[in-house]
Amino acid sequence: MSDQKEAFVFNDEMEAKAQNYLARYPKDRSASAVMPFLDLAQRQNGGWLSQAGMDYVADRLGLAPIRVYEVATFYSMYKLKPIGKVHVQVCTTTPCWLRGSDDVVGACKDVLGIGMGETTEDGKFSLAEVECLGACVNAPLIQVGDDYYEDLDATSAKALLEAFKRGDEVKPGPQVDRQTSAPVGGAKTLTHVEQG
Amino acid sequence: MLQDKDRIFTNLYGAHSPFLEGAKSRGDWDGTKAIMDKGRDWIIDEMKASNLRGRGGAGFPAGIKWSFMPKEPGEKPGYLVVNADEGEPGTCKDRDIIRHDPHKLVEGCLLAGFAMGAVAAYIYIRGEFYREYETLQAAIDEAYEAGLIGENACGSGYKYDIFVHRGMGAYICGEETALIESLEGKKGQPRLKPPFPAACGLYGCPTTVNNVETIAVAPTILRKGGSWFAGMGRENNTGTKVFCISGHVNNPCNVEEEMGIPLKELIEKHAGGVRGGWDNLLGIIPGGSSVPILTKATCDTVLMDFDSLKAEGSGLGTAAVIVMDKSTDIVKAIARLSKFYMHESCGQCTPCREGTGWMSRVMDRLVDGEANIEEIDLLLEVTKQIEGHTICALGDAAAWPIQGLMKNFRPEVERRIVARKLEQGEGASASPEAA
Repeated sequence: MSDQKEAFVFNDEMEAKAQNYLARYPKDRSASAVMPFLDLAQRQNGGWLSQAGMDYVADRLGLAPIRVYEVATFYSMYKLKPIGKVHVQVCTTTPCWLRGSDDVVGACKDVLGIGMGETTEDGKFSLAEVECLGACVNAPLIQVGDDYYEDLDATSAKALLEAFKRGDEVKPGPQVDRQTSAPVGGAKTLTHVEQG
Repeated sequence: MLQDKDRIFTNLYGAHSPFLEGAKSRGDWDGTKAIMDKGRDWIIDEMKASNLRGRGGAGFPAGIKWSFMPKEPGEKPGYLVVNADEGEPGTCKDRDIIRHDPHKLVEGCLLAGFAMGAVAAYIYIRGEFYREYETLQAAIDEAYEAGLIGENACGSGYKYDIFVHRGMGAYICGEETALIESLEGKKGQPRLKPPFPAACGLYGCPTTVNNVETIAVAPTILRKGGSWFAGMGRENNTGTKVFCISGHVNNPCNVEEEMGIPLKELIEKHAGGVRGGWDNLLGIIPGGSSVPILTKATCDTVLMDFDSLKAEGSGLGTAAVIVMDKSTDIVKAIARLSKFYMHESCGQCTPCREGTGWMSRVMDRLVDGEANIEEIDLLLEVTKQIEGHTICALGDAAAWPIQGLMKNFRPEVERRIVARKLEQGEGASASPEAA
């Protein structure tokens, strides 16, 4: 955890979202909003949670700070130290591993020049190994920010990261010619469905 | 093969708009009020008649589960909680339902919630599914806007809300009581049962937790009739199911098929067959990482449903079919799952917290044969000490893949140990007995 001491307050955009989240739970159950509040604090803080951010969330929801730290340390998507502006997460669980996630890991390390759990010196990229991302028929895949990049191999993973390095936009989803989770070559079902 | 006219998820691949207009053109929200007018008991009876078994893994009959909720409204409100914390390795069906057919889930939330007398539904979606969350929230927003849910849902006079709660990366929150804890703003650590959620769930109120697919198929069942659904599949294993076919097949995909379809037919018709042909098959995990692997001999004939797979010592689980061809390092494949469970153990129960780490470390050594033969039995003994000795099923789920490995591939594990000893030049101690 960082010793960051500056005060933390939601900006207007995050405050509006916070109010929307609060309205989802019964009035006397605002503790339920701790997870979305921490997510907002993390997003506002460049992708990681500072001590000040956690304390602010505790204060806003009337919770003891320890209750908030417990949550922040339990869930893997809360980051307690700074990460790169572009956070690259490679799934290596068995379904991805069977389809070559080792090659994707290799490509990421090569292009970024860092290992798992590390951040580039300029702070632009960080790399992490993650557990099953839940898109196994599009394995192997990586998550960058809020998007999935699927059906990768060493070559396409390399091309993808080179594009990020240049600051280019890449369309999320399958990186091969394929419609979402349908088989390559085109859907074999749902070909006789009339719809708008 | 199932015909398109009997498929429920007609936008599974997202060929069309997921939003209200597109959904209505696919039959969603058609006569919803008329269904509600038939009453709670009618809906539950129809669901019972369909014999729909829960699609999240456990396979408990949905209609019966709904009937456990209090008949008369008490002091406390009732809740429907939808488990969209999809994270069982191999499984990615709920993702497609949410991003491509979200209105089936939204309408299902209303009808299921109405049938069980709930005031609201909370949909708990895994945090990584951020784009899917955005689509789902947009679908909910337009349902409110159109008066389909909210103060006077579909003009029925019934007030009903639907809220989404995002997880933040914890597999254990797919366990229903851990999910409830998480929804209450705590660490996702499972509760002891009883009390069961139907009596004391979210905020201490009567709660039913169902998987996304279970809820999303309900409106179509109620429109077409329980007997329509029950007419597909086999007795006690009825209806259709979204299968996820991953691993060593030519064309991995999701597909909705009839329950009880032969595993071989499923893979050959929809996924382009096993890489290198059916005879190149080593084994298949048929229902997500938590169920034991099947050998090729079983895969040749087994049917994909709850009872058929149970009879073979495995399970349908989430119907996530993970295919491994003969090039697979099977020990490493299972060792990677052990690492997964170690990572995902919530740490509450000692046998699981300590055991998943211990098993993972032994499995990692077995990959290279860096072990003694008798450690195999010791490892199996430890899996038995974990299984059934924890609050939730994560301990069991961590134990079963290893048990499946040893049941079906023990000679390979032993071969590596012997080979390693030979490689280390200990000719005299190369035999298992001497080790």
